[in-house]
This record gives sequence, structure tokens and C-alpha cells, in this order.
Amino acid sequence: MTKPKTIIEKIWDKNVVHEIPNRPSLLYIDLHLIHEVTSPQAFEGLRMKGRKVRQPKRTFATMDHNVPTVHTNVIKDEISKLQMDTLRKNCEEFDVPLAGMGHKHQGIVHVIGPELGLTQPGKTIVCGDSHTSTHGAFGALAFGIGTSEVEHVLSTQTIWQAKPKTLNVKIDGELGTGVTAKDIVLALISKYGVDFGTGYVIEYTGEAIRKLSMEGRMTICNMSIEAGARAGLVSPDQTTIDFLEGRLHVPSGEEFEQAKQDWLSLATDPDATYDHTVTLNASEVEPQVTWGTNPSQCIPVNGYIPNPNSKDDPNAQQEIKHSLEYMGLEPDIPINSVPIEHVFIGSCTNSRLEDLKQAASVIKGRKVSDKVNAIVVPGSQTVKAKAEELGLDKEFLEAGFEWREPGCSMCLAMNGDAVPPGERCASTSNRNFEGRQGADARTHLVSPEMATAAAIAGHFVDIRTFV
Amino acid sequence: MEPITQHTGLVYPLNRAHVDTDQIIPKQFLKRISRKGFGQYLFYNWRFDEKDRPREDFSLNQPKYQDASILVGGENFGCGSSREHAPWALEDFGFRIIIASSFADIFFNNCTKNGILPVVLKEEETQQLIKNAEKDDYYLTVDLEAKEVYDNAGFQTTFDIAEYPREMLINGWDEIAVTLTHDDKITAFEKDHVVY
Ligand code: SF4
Repeated sequence: MTKPKTIIEKIWDKNVVHEIPNRPSLLYIDLHLIHEVTSPQAFEGLRMKGRKVRQPKRTFATMDHNVPTVHTNVIKDEISKLQMDTLRKNCEEFDVPLAGMGHKHQGIVHVIGPELGLTQPGKTIVCGDSHTSTHGAFGALAFGIGTSEVEHVLSTQTIWQAKPKTLNVKIDGELGTGVTAKDIVLALISKYGVDFGTGYVIEYTGEAIRKLSMEGRMTICNMSIEAGARAGLVSPDQTTIDFLEGRLHVPSGEEFEQAKQDWLSLATDPDATYDHTVTLNASEVEPQVTWGTNPSQCIPVNGYIPNPNSKDDPNAQQEIKHSLEYMGLEPDIPINSVPIEHVFIGSCTNSRLEDLKQAASVIKGRKVSDKVNAIVVPGSQTVKAKAEELGLDKEFLEAGFEWREPGCSMCLAMNGDAVPPGERCASTSNRNFEGRQGADARTHLVSPEMATAAAIAGHFVDIRTFV
Repeated sequence: MEPITQHTGLVYPLNRAHVDTDQIIPKQFLKRISRKGFGQYLFYNWRFDEKDRPREDFSLNQPKYQDASILVGGENFGCGSSREHAPWALEDFGFRIIIASSFADIFFNNCTKNGILPVVLKEEETQQLIKNAEKDDYYLTVDLEAKEVYDNAGFQTTFDIAEYPREMLINGWDEIAVTLTHDDKITAFEKDHVVY
């Protein structure tokens, strides 16, 4: 009998082109996703050396980081426009498929990959973006790369990679009502820190993961990078197959049956071992809110802002102090007493149809507080269209939210959607770093449900009692 | 890419943990389409105020660090966004070596592809170097052949780095050219490889 293997090892073995002792291996890339910000210099590099794109059909481009979410027909920012025009020209010149501005499939790169069925189990997937880990939810080995690597993949369809160590993050137990995948991943990072995954590929296992929808799994895999891991994945199962069947780039008929067999056989073998394992009990997870400037600085919604003096280590004290100063918060106060001015529902973490449905379900005829500006930014044109079919846009608009065009928007505030200096935002995105949502902006990461509740109340509230 | 074998330079101390790539180069400067010219925006929100005036209290604005080419930072350096603009900005500003007790993976890789050597030392050692550089004009030598870091006052230590990035940095190789020597293997692989 062959040695039991994890899915990570199976994908690795399937895609290694060439091995050299004590060196990284040459790994074949099945899908290369591209967006406007991290690709121009890569195409420029190809041009300078007279190189071509080796597999344009295994490459797919969209525009997301810079795109305006209002008045999308006139792009006022000249430099953003130049970047988008450059991507369009590059895709034409190198024959790369593009879902750009105005295309019915345009959207955040990590939302459209799964939606179009480009993301599939067993694929190696890269993109010049750190949240590429999202695609791991399908049992793909997916990770972010830099622009030099983008150029390398464009030209060779491969990348040099050291074989990753494997980390099993086992999440058992039952999630309580009102507690979401977002809360699981925030609780996990808060428990183990922002670098427990460094050097590993994470596989999320356990009954709580099995019970999650594909959307929930994507939310968790998305934030693997916030734990330091470049990739995080979930072994494919029937939930994965059901999500994929019938999607645009997924084979149909007999080929689908074959693909399905192949995909399911990739799941980690029962007796496979990992380099390391950590655990979390889902039944103990409460709705989370970050209070600081990295995702591990996070507490349950009924918790209190930490006091630097509660730590003995002077560096730890300093870190808390620094974060509190930036966030404009006093120690020892309840986090649910903190007023907010902005709410952002969107980003590749939480902008899929399920996220928007859950966010809308909290409204129940209530209105956004008059002290709060709240925006909803669907992850893609497809999500937007489907949400509108369901009338979610009307529910949000009637409650006083703005309903925007798809893009990264206020997740990184590159397109002009920003939180003003010193103001506070409840955000469904993935990073609460200093300046992430605008210079001196203060970000609190939460689930979509918690974001809606905060928009209505004007401060954080426990979604479990907000009925 | 410019080869790097041994480098001696002035040290700039940045005593902060989890410096993320958005702090290294804020997103508003990512809209350019060339690799050049990012140095002026390095650590922009720390170096300049909202009216674009230099902030006196930020150490990199002090005249004594203007010629620094070695940066010593805190743990988990370069976390966050995968943007390669971060090493481009550091390199364009004049940094060739970044020393920290740990680095985020993608940032580490991006450095080695742009002729910047990331050196991992122990936290006590980086703290020591930061203290030294905060006090005086402090020079270090980093020897990539011997995998050593030392000053001329008795500090001496070794570091580990994987063979592959070391070789790339020492030779200043174009990685794509190296890979293309395996072109036949890639072509053979593609023949039998199934992608749905
Ligand atoms: S939504 Fe945010 S995290 Fe996701 S790709 Fe866009 S900028 Fe990056």
C-alpha cells in the first residue's frame, strides 16, 4: 500500500515538473489570475526581453483594485485609468482573456475565479495578490506571488517553490447561532497570532469546516495569509462538487463525472500526517471584533479593550499602546460601547451572494443610524446581478445603505473609496493595518451580520441578542 | 539584477514589529506602471504629513540616515500585501540589505528577486543592532558568501539562507532565463498533464 498523503502532497506530486536536490522544485501552474495593479511591470518585462505568454488560455485577467464603484463610465483618476488601459492593451497584445470594466464577469479576482468555475480542486493557482489563498477552499493549492514571479509564470507557466510544510488546523464542534466563518478565522488568528502559519500550507479540517458552505470556506482560506501562511485549503467533498457543477469553465457530461472522481480522490487520506497541528473548538467561538491594527488584536463582541499593563513583556505592552493610540481607544472599556461612523460590506473575504444575503437578513425593516455612512460593494457583476434579482439592493437601499458597483473599494481604499482620517469603520474585509482603509483610518474587522448590526445601532452589538 | 556578495553600509534602525508592505509603500503610489522611481514614496505616511511636509519626528528623515543601505527592523517584516513595489521602493531608496528576526514569505521572495538580501538574525541580535544604530553612525558588513554579519567593534554572527536565493543573489541571475533552460521538461510535462 502506498503511503497515505495529504491533499497538499498529492497536488504537489502531480504538478512538479523538475526536482533538483536541495533546491526548490519547478512547479507547474494550472491557473494564473491577473489584475491591473501587480501586472504592468511583468508585461513590460516580457516586452523588453521579447518573451511571450506561454499559456494565455491558462491565464485570466480582471480589473478590481482601482475600479470606481460609482459613475463607472467616467474614470476621473487619470493614473488609475492608465493602469486599466495598460492591462487592456497587455491582454490584447498577449492574447490573455480579460473580464475588464464593463464586462459582465468583472469583479474581485478572488470572487470571479470560483464563480466562473476557473478555480477547481487540484489546480495550482497563483495571482499577484496575497489573498489568492481564497481559492484553496476548493482544494486547490493557491498562493500569492510578487510581480517578478508574475512575469516568470507568464513566460514559463511554472514557478520555483520549496516543498511546503503542512499544518493541520482542525476545527471541530458546532458553530453557535449568529457566529460565522469570519468569526472562526478571527478567533483562530487571535488565539495563535499573525505568524503561526509562516512557512506552512494550512489544511483546514474538522467537522465545523465540513459543515461550512463554500462561501464560508472561502472566507476562512482567504485569511490564511493573515496567519502568515501563503496558502490554506480544504479537501474537496460533495459541497465542493455541488458548487462547481454547471459553472462556465467546469466540464459537463461525462467529462464532469471523470473530473468529479479525480477531484474527490484528492482529499487527504485518512491516515496522512502533518508537520504540525493546531485546534480550535467552534462551539467556543463568539462573534469577534478587532480592536487593534493587526487581525490578531481581536476580542469577542462582549469583551473589553485590553490594557497594556495586563502584559509583563515591555514589547507586548508597547505594541498594545501603539495600537490603542492609532485606534483612538481607551483601555478597559467595552468594545460594544465604541461608536462608529462607517460600515463597509465587501472585499474578497465577504462580498459573495451568501454574505450579502446574511447581511441583509439582519436589517428587518430597520434603518442605518444617521451617524453612519454604510456602503455595500458586491464582489462581482455576477453577485450584483443575482443580489438584485433577489431584491437585496432594495433592502439595503431602503435601510440607508449605498449599493455600489463591484470592486475592492474600501478594503484597501485605492479607488477613492476611503475612510477619512481619524474616523472609524466596521468592515467585513481582512486587514485592519494602519492606513489600510485610508490615511489614519480606524478599521474594525467583523462578519457581514455584525457589520449590518453595527450600521443600524451606530456601535458594535452582539448579533446574538440583536433581534 | 545587481549581484550581491559582500556589502558594508550604514545601518538604519526601525524598531517596529509587523511592518507591513502598505507602510513600506502606501497604496496611493501603486498606480505607476514602471519599476522605477518608488524610493521617494518609501514609508510615505511615516515620513510625510497630510500636507506632504517631512515629519521631523520620523527617524528616516534625520540627515544622519540619508546614506543608509542596511535596514534593521522588527519581527514579521514585510507582512500584508504581496506588492513588489515594497522592495522596489526600498531598493530605489538605497537599501540593499534588510535584517529582521523574521520575514513574511512573499516579501522575502520579492526581495531576493530584486537584488535585496533579507537576513534573518535572532531577535536579541536585531535588538542589539537597533540600539547600536540608534546611538551612533553604525556600519555593518554582510557577507553572503560566508553567511556572516559583523561590525568592527566585535559584533559577529552567522545567518542561514537557502542555497537557491543565495545563488541567485550572488550571481545576479535572471530567473526566467535559468528556467528556460528547462523548457524541454516543461513541454514534456504539459503533454500528459490534465487540467479540466
Ligand atoms: S478585496 Fe481587498 S484583499 Fe481582496 S483582492 Fe481586493 S484589495 Fe485585496
